Amino acid sequence: MPDYLVRMVQVHESFRKAELQASADVNGVKVEFVKYHEDSPFCIVRLPSDAAARSVISRSILSHSICEIWGQGPTYDALHVSTKESSSSKWPQYAQAPFRFTLDSYRGSRTAEEQTAIVNSFSYLGLSGPARMKTPEASFRVFEDYGAVQSDGPRYLYLGRLIASSGRQAKTTYDLKKRHYISTTSMDAELALLTANIALAAPGKLFYDPFMGTGGFPLACAHFGAVVCGSDIDGRSIRGTGGSARRGQVGKKDVELNFKQYGLESRYLGGFVSDLTNTPLRLSTARGGYLDGIICDPPYGIREGLKVLGSRATLDDTERATHRDRYQEAGYIPPKRPYSFTALLDDILAFSVATLVENGRLSMWMPTANDADVELVIPTHPCLEIVSVCVQEFNKWSRRLLTYRRRAAAEVPLGALETGSRDYERGRADDLNAFRKRYFEGFKEFEEVELGAGRSGEVDDTKGISGRWRKK
Amino acid sequence: MKLLTLNFLTCALKPCKASPLSFPLHPRDAELEIVESELNLSFLRNILPRLAWEELRGVVRELGLPDLPEIMPEAEALGKASSGKKTNENAANENTITTTTDEDELSPKPEVQPEAEEPDLEPTQTALDLHRLLLETSLRAGSLVCGNCGHAYKVKEGVANFLLPGHLV
Ligand SMILES: [Zn+2]
Repeated sequence: MPDYLVRMVQVHESFRKAELQASADVNGVKVEFVKYHEDSPFCIVRLPSDAAARSVISRSILSHSICEIWGQGPTYDALHVSTKESSSSKWPQYAQAPFRFTLDSYRGSRTAEEQTAIVNSFSYLGLSGPARMKTPEASFRVFEDYGAVQSDGPRYLYLGRLIASSGRQAKTTYDLKKRHYISTTSMDAELALLTANIALAAPGKLFYDPFMGTGGFPLACAHFGAVVCGSDIDGRSIRGTGGSARRGQVGKKDVELNFKQYGLESRYLGGFVSDLTNTPLRLSTARGGYLDGIICDPPYGIREGLKVLGSRATLDDTERATHRDRYQEAGYIPPKRPYSFTALLDDILAFSVATLVENGRLSMWMPTANDADVELVIPTHPCLEIVSVCVQEFNKWSRRLLTYRRRAAAEVPLGALETGSRDYERGRADDLNAFRKRYFEGFKEFEEVELGAGRSGEVDDTKGISGRWRKK
Repeated sequence: MKLLTLNFLTCALKPCKASPLSFPLHPRDAELEIVESELNLSFLRNILPRLAWEELRGVVRELGLPDLPEIMPEAEALGKASSGKKTNENAANENTITTTTDEDELSPKPEVQPEAEEPDLEPTQTALDLHRLLLETSLRAGSLVCGNCGHAYKVKEGVANFLLPGHLV
């Protein structure tokens, strides 16, 4: 299998490998990581063919392109030697093709004169077709890696022939600034697309978001070809705010409008108002699952505290009668009670087990305070295998994208399904949600902790995974 | 809400979930709307085996729509090999993923999309009928009633509300 150079972006580093792996998985392609560093945008992968490389990169949000490697080395002399040794058999094929030859310097720069000199030093390739900046038949690029700091010159070099560009353009297409209907909690387009990609959203599949808000995740899944539906406990977010949308748009702003904006309405089944703890979706036992993927950013309840349907205290007969008499009136608001975030995460896992098809995926976001003393605990379920854990660091907190695969029944050990007793408390939102409590305390106790600098190391943060999610 | 969704929805009340009477929910005073959309054959083929067919037939009957066949068709019965021409559906899939940027545009080469692993298929009448029913017909207004507890969930502007009132949670 040939080696290819993936030119990644140097953001959301911990997601990059998981994303590329997912792009390979969804295409049924075997990928081998030959060279990968968190601190470098140059990644070498082994793939079966150019066609495989093209299909893998087409879904990638966190890379720019994939190239066939024609040569590499720590100096230009070494690069030329390597190029002549490893790629000379390919040169004649491109001798007459309209081509483009460019330079990509990472953490370094070159003057126009230097660039020209570098390009000219490859004249032995014998590219005698016309140079063409737009739509060339072949595109060649020299990659200069200057390393982590400003140095005198590049530390490593590659010559590559472009196989294909990535799907990163979608980040711009779905930019929230241009979207008709968003809310303060909408996740930015790049991360939403990334989530959909890692969850393996693809044509022919059915995806669901139980906390859809203004529909950002379902939209991202529809971009990758999936048919989608969603729900939210807040009906206003689905039905929209009424009034007129942005300039040039008439009618109300709602989730449907977002799908129309991108021409994806044929993939939108619709949204409904519901609460995950009392879901109307069928929880199949005999029938088997029906969802290919579930993606969500569960509510942390920072502003109002996390709420689900129900009453804080058990209703007495009079209160019950009042609800019974009033619930059909316009303006009736069902009572809600505080709920624990950890219980909600457990509910999401249980729901996923009941609705996902075998090998279907759950990708969900989980916030945590950056507390060095507390062991990070990742929720688990015997029927779900953890595929990847990616971390986005903020100053005093971080959030993780947890991705699970629904195991086939035969993979689940006997007796593994006997769950422990769960007595989820009824109490104040603060007591029930450790993250929210920290948030309001301003993460005071962690203010000295320096973050952002310590972001090196392995991609997959699997250290915190524990069989026990709830600490007692 | 497209009609396919009804095949996944049951009563939100936990005790009802155990009763076969709670699924499917029964549409009442239903206002339907047809919005034409692109046929998505690969989706139909995937979703068909996951459908509760008998229950789907029941809902179709209650809505007064044309009867569905008694036996669920096989996924294979949805497409027949085409004369080599690409279907609209395949074209749509190719548009799904943007593979070029201004910066890195190569002249287009004919390339089969990875997702289009299946041979080109032309939709059969069965596929067209199911597409019309499941993905072009939607419920705009009315109620969805549980056959077990009788609770009616309102549907307004295509959005069903499954929040339970205080006395039922
Ligand atoms: Zn019921």
